[in-house]
Amino acid sequence: MRAALDMTQTDRVVFDLGTETTRTLNTKLQGLEPKTNQTAWTILNPRGAHALCVGITQPIDITVDGPVGYYCAGMNEGAAITITGNAGPGVAENMMSGLVHVLGDASHAAGATAHGGLLVIEGNAAARCGISMKGVNIVVKGSVGHMSGFMAQSGNLVILGDAGEALGDSLYEAKIFVRGAVQSLGADCEEKPMTEDARAVLSQLLQQAGAKVPVAEFKLYGSARTLYHFHVDNAGAY
Amino acid sequence: MCGIAGLFLKNQALEPELGSHLATMLGVLTDRGPDSAGFAIYGAGTPGHVKFTLRGPTNYDFPALAATLGAGCTLHDDHAVFAVPESAASELRAAIAARPELAIVATGTRMELFKGVGLPENVSKRFGLTGMAGSHAIGHTRMATESAVTTAGAHPFSTGPDQCLVHNGSLSNHNDVRRTLMRENMVFETQNDTEVAAGYLSWKLRQGAKLDEALSSALDVLDGFYTFVVGTESGFGVLRDAVACKPAVMAETDDYVAFGSEYRALADLPGISKAHLFEPAPAKVYFWERAA
Repeated sequence: MRAALDMTQTDRVVFDLGTETTRTLNTKLQGLEPKTNQTAWTILNPRGAHALCVGITQPIDITVDGPVGYYCAGMNEGAAITITGNAGPGVAENMMSGLVHVLGDASHAAGATAHGGLLVIEGNAAARCGISMKGVNIVVKGSVGHMSGFMAQSGNLVILGDAGEALGDSLYEAKIFVRGAVQSLGADCEEKPMTEDARAVLSQLLQQAGAKVPVAEFKLYGSARTLYHFHVDNAGAY
Repeated sequence: MCGIAGLFLKNQALEPELGSHLATMLGVLTDRGPDSAGFAIYGAGTPGHVKFTLRGPTNYDFPALAATLGAGCTLHDDHAVFAVPESAASELRAAIAARPELAIVATGTRMELFKGVGLPENVSKRFGLTGMAGSHAIGHTRMATESAVTTAGAHPFSTGPDQCLVHNGSLSNHNDVRRTLMRENMVFETQNDTEVAAGYLSWKLRQGAKLDEALSSALDVLDGFYTFVVGTESGFGVLRDAVACKPAVMAETDDYVAFGSEYRALADLPGISKAHLFEPAPAKVYFWERAA
């Protein structure tokens, strides 16, 4: 997926959370200069720790070897971060750009409020995946839990498996592509005709995520735009 | 907040290590609940005997009382476990009731239940959790929201023999459910919401429901946020509300089923790197039972 993966192990900075703290790790990663030659990192023994690799602003390559806790890779700007285990709540929340690749499952609120970049989850994502997403692209190769894409504003949420209850509730202009079954649609979310543009976007995202499934197997969901404005006929309900 | 740890052993060879594993899990969950902690452990029982876990004032002379009442006694800090033949259980209950300085924390053939105010690590140490053995155990670290930080308000709650419940979340209709259950002769010791959930399940079990059936009906009756882990003499169950805001991670191997509010709590369990890790789905009853 990335050229950086071709680097040999000896080129990589190895940081062991078994002997050093999260704060030390994040301070080092956040302090990297644009011209740094420490462009590839391996983080050992994460053991579910919170807030690992947050706030990075350089296009470095990081592999976190194991399961992580809350908010891993939050606010990421440009880094390519691979998590070899499962991710806790809020992985890649508020990502600005770059790539976050979860090889296991992700807990709830994956990619929450993220503005850009690509989040790829090889397994399943729990509830509220892509909640309030603002431009990020998310590809989930498994299924997503309930209320995924809640109030999603822009970007694309691609789900190769099934979607739980209330998909895309109160959706704005994000696009949601689902290959499997949708348990139910949330308020103001509806199926849309798959346009050529949408097909092209989906095709590119599937390619970037290394997902070899036909575009034709997906349905597209978007906003019916009935919640955008105050409607005088509904005045009695407010 | 609050943290939950649960461990249900499938492999009997691990039983001597049960308390030590649970103590580690609770210690990790300190930052989710530093106010108070507690645990219920299902160890050996003597057929035909009932265990009473009692709590008294510091330095209370439990051995002397046990001798007077003809009960077996094991002391754990300000708690003690009295064991009596089933035929003598009601007499013991009356004798304790006549001593208002004592509280019955729990009863059962196998379950013992200990809880106290303070950091989880200290609570575990005070009661000697590390040395305890058993088939399954449930523990809790509390960050109080719905009622005061007291020993009685710590989890687990037990409202029936060999039954206990721990809770992460808060219930919004507990006063209403408590009133309903009190009309059904259920007795509550605190104003705590979790005790009501425990009481509801005990009431359903008393009516003949199985644990999984009782948990299913709780989905309809209890309103609020919750991840529950419950224990019975032979079983271990997990239930999350439909919104599932409160975190939960489970790990299953050939040797055990483990529950943690977060993966961190599971990280030291044997064979965890090869365990099947999953997040329990919302509004779905999970239940494991020992072979009889």
